[in-house]
Amino acid sequence: MRVFAKLTLTEIKLFLREPIAAFFVLFFPTLLVVILGSIPSFREPSADLGGARVIDLYVGIAVALTLAMVAIQVTPAVLATYRERGVLRRLATTPVSPLKLLGAQLAMFGLAAIASTALVLAVGRLAFDVRLADNFPAFVLAFLLTAAGTLAIGIFVAAVVPSGKAGNSVGTILFFPLMFFAGLWTPREVMPEVLQRIADFTPLGAGERALNEAMTGGWPNLLSATVLLGYVVVFGFAAVRSFRWS
Amino acid sequence: MTVIEVRNLRKAYGDTVAVRDVSFSVEAGEIFGILGPNGAGKTTTVESISGLRRPDGGTIRVLGRDPGDRSLRDDVGVQLQESGLPDKLTVREALDLYASFYPAPADWRALTRELGLGEKLSTPYAKLSGGQKQRLSIALALIGGPKIAILDELTTGLDPQARRDTWDLIEGVRDSGVTIVLVTHFMEEAERLCDRLAVIDRGQVVALDTPAGLIAGMDTEQRIRFRPSAPVDDALLEARPEVRAVIRHGAQIEVVGTGNLLHAVTSVLAVNEIIAADLRIEQASLDDAFVQLTGRSVKE
Ligand SMILES: Nc1ncnc2c1ncn2[C@@H]1O[C@H](COP(=O)(O)OP(=O)(O)O)[C@@H](O)[C@H]1O
Ligand SMILES: [Mg+2]
Repeated sequence: MRVFAKLTLTEIKLFLREPIAAFFVLFFPTLLVVILGSIPSFREPSADLGGARVIDLYVGIAVALTLAMVAIQVTPAVLATYRERGVLRRLATTPVSPLKLLGAQLAMFGLAAIASTALVLAVGRLAFDVRLADNFPAFVLAFLLTAAGTLAIGIFVAAVVPSGKAGNSVGTILFFPLMFFAGLWTPREVMPEVLQRIADFTPLGAGERALNEAMTGGWPNLLSATVLLGYVVVFGFAAVRSFRWS
Repeated sequence: MTVIEVRNLRKAYGDTVAVRDVSFSVEAGEIFGILGPNGAGKTTTVESISGLRRPDGGTIRVLGRDPGDRSLRDDVGVQLQESGLPDKLTVREALDLYASFYPAPADWRALTRELGLGEKLSTPYAKLSGGQKQRLSIALALIGGPKIAILDELTTGLDPQARRDTWDLIEGVRDSGVTIVLVTHFMEEAERLCDRLAVIDRGQVVALDTPAGLIAGMDTEQRIRFRPSAPVDDALLEARPEVRAVIRHGAQIEVVGTGNLLHAVTSVLAVNEIIAADLRIEQASLDDAFVQLTGRSVKE
């Protein structure tokens, strides 16, 4: 346990030493909320959105964005670089299993995602009065499902790409369409019907929907939860099958 | 006491047979060299010993255990040919982290001083020179206070001075009781450091001896030239089985022969109370032995 804590702490330090990645994970989602919240019309209830405000939606989208940054952008690049550089191989010669390093990385990513999400929620609440409905357990559930689904994809990408650079590229290529379906450019509520149907089956579309439902007091719908679990099972299994240590 | 035993090791990657048939044993406290040209199968051999690769055939015992036995990780330190660290991890952080992996770690501060890394403790890995990275890698192999250290291409990438310093360090480590397996393609390194050597070529052991034994075992000619302090009868020299020919160059004598030629010549001279001035030996080197064993130069 001491070793795990030390590995996790080391990973946190290393993460913070990559200022661009750290900024995008920790602050960019909040910055997005602040920018959109500064537009007066986005703070007005909208009939198109069933009486919700644009900013209400974007707080949930910013949480999905946080998870996309961590799981899809950063994870594949970092893990694949570790393998490419032989960091995992070196660890395999010590009493500490490389699995422990992967665990420490996931712990670090989890902490970063939680910190960023907390900041998004706090700023949303304090600056723009976006409230988490009373159903906090539902929010936690939606958050965990989305995190697990996207991380499974990120780890699978890390497993199959040949290098850290390739991991970075594939992550970026996946990031934009996945975030599109999460509503980063057009919130799901104003997407055409057909795009909504498609979005329901994408990991971040399903995740954003589940987060939004939890924030408005409900529970994640069965379809979104099933879709996210499906991603966890399918990509988790594929990642475990194809992961190479060197 | 035998600490590593390799019997008929075999390992292929798909159609490439990296190791065909390798057997040797390593005794406690020695520096055992594995010498061979690129692609000979040296790395595959030591990675199998380190438990990183599963052999296709043969048996390996390390300290009486199977290489896959995780308890061996406490006792065996490995410096891999290809392994790095995260770019932004500093030397101090790397050493401190890796020291925490072991039940009885070595004093990493002393280790960095010996390795000349004392000034670099706050430097991130990416900013180290090739030689410094290599020395950090050696430090990490020794940090657990291992009984056995396996070092693959120890001094590749080091400048000549750093190389000599590293040799001194390795001798010091051996003197502290650590058994060392050293993979190298540097003759000078093998000659200087190794008690015994396995010469590997195309996945097979082609010779297994001390460096001196390998050189002496060759049937190539050696030449000794000197100026005697008094006349020498050629027949006295020619009587020795090691001597093949005696050639006169004015006041100088050149003796051509094989085996332990120097000993033969000097004992003849000593018996006749003759002193050899300007003695020069054109001795075969490990390089020559290597070429003879493998049919090619190690530098290819
Ligand atoms: N992971 C691998 N996959 C396929 N071939 C390999 C792999 N590692 C080594 N080889 C091949 O096996 C042979 C022996 O390699 P290696 O053990 O690295 O030799 P050395 O360390 O003596 O240079 C070489 O022909 C090399 O190309
Ligand atoms: Mg090698």
